[in-house]
Amino acid sequence: MPAASTKSAYWQGLRAGLPFLLVVMPFGMVFGVAATEAGLNLAEVMGFSVLVIAGAAQFTALQLMTENAPTLVVLISALAVNLRMVMYSAALTPYLGDAPIWQRALVAYVNFDQNYALSVQEYEARPERPMPEKIAFYFGVTTPLAPVWVLATWLGAVLGMLIPAEYALDFAVPIAFLALVGPALRTLAHMAAALTSVIMALAFVAVPYNLGVLLAAALAMMVGAEIERRMERRG
Amino acid sequence: MTYTDIEIWLIIVVLAIGTFLIRFSFLGLIGNRKGPPWVLRHLRYTTVSVLPALIMPLVLWPSATGGEPDPARLAAAAMALAVGYLMKSAIGAIVAGMGTLYLMLYVTG
Repeated sequence: MPAASTKSAYWQGLRAGLPFLLVVMPFGMVFGVAATEAGLNLAEVMGFSVLVIAGAAQFTALQLMTENAPTLVVLISALAVNLRMVMYSAALTPYLGDAPIWQRALVAYVNFDQNYALSVQEYEARPERPMPEKIAFYFGVTTPLAPVWVLATWLGAVLGMLIPAEYALDFAVPIAFLALVGPALRTLAHMAAALTSVIMALAFVAVPYNLGVLLAAALAMMVGAEIERRMERRG
Repeated sequence: MTYTDIEIWLIIVVLAIGTFLIRFSFLGLIGNRKGPPWVLRHLRYTTVSVLPALIMPLVLWPSATGGEPDPARLAAAAMALAVGYLMKSAIGAIVAGMGTLYLMLYVTG
């Protein structure tokens, strides 16, 4: 009964993904609130969450738009944040590469940090599972992520119009950023990259068109990659 | 924000297409070939390289206080980072950060 085992793989994924509700709900709401307060209308806020559907990049774009950065700088910075997903795409391909093209396109469209991490973990643990079950597991994990991201954004956008300034939600965006960075500081190389990014951002603070962020990020990536290379060589 | 409606939608649509192409890169376009290791090595550090540069000015010179450094926001940022790092928890970081901010704003009036 392949249909039954595909169904159970879906539910298994869904159960595994449920705890992510606790992360996606507040992030989505903060984005909705912050984007509304920054002056975007409901259609634009929802356009971001439905079409781009990538939290860190959306926050990056929003922050730079608040600072009236040039359109090109907004785009490059936000896409740079998403470049990590090239790795996710490469990691999923050995397992899902034989799925029909429309399924792979859908996998790509809803790819978050969380469904990538959980799915690859599951595929490595049970590589013998047939590919349709692997796909079902992925969309199981995705169910509490992607639709909830859109719904939470909408809630935040609607609520954002009602929340008065005393609640200091101006600072929700930096807090949301920090909440993404803290858990990502896994190794010495990650910490060195983050520290480089901070120092260079301050050094380049006078660079026009918000290009300082991009310069700082490029240097920080090189520092992180170089430290990783040296640590590997030392073994 | 001083963008026209067209500029805003341009940002949204180009970002949407670019993000999709990034996510679809290996799954749909490149397939089961491996990228050069030095490229993948740089990609691992994109998040921790871009976000801190964006965060730093927001934390040091918050717009809500007219760009003046603010003890409540500095403490909130430090708590969010510390909890996020130590507990490896994004939700913990948000709760600790916003909690510290409200507490400090309440205490310092």
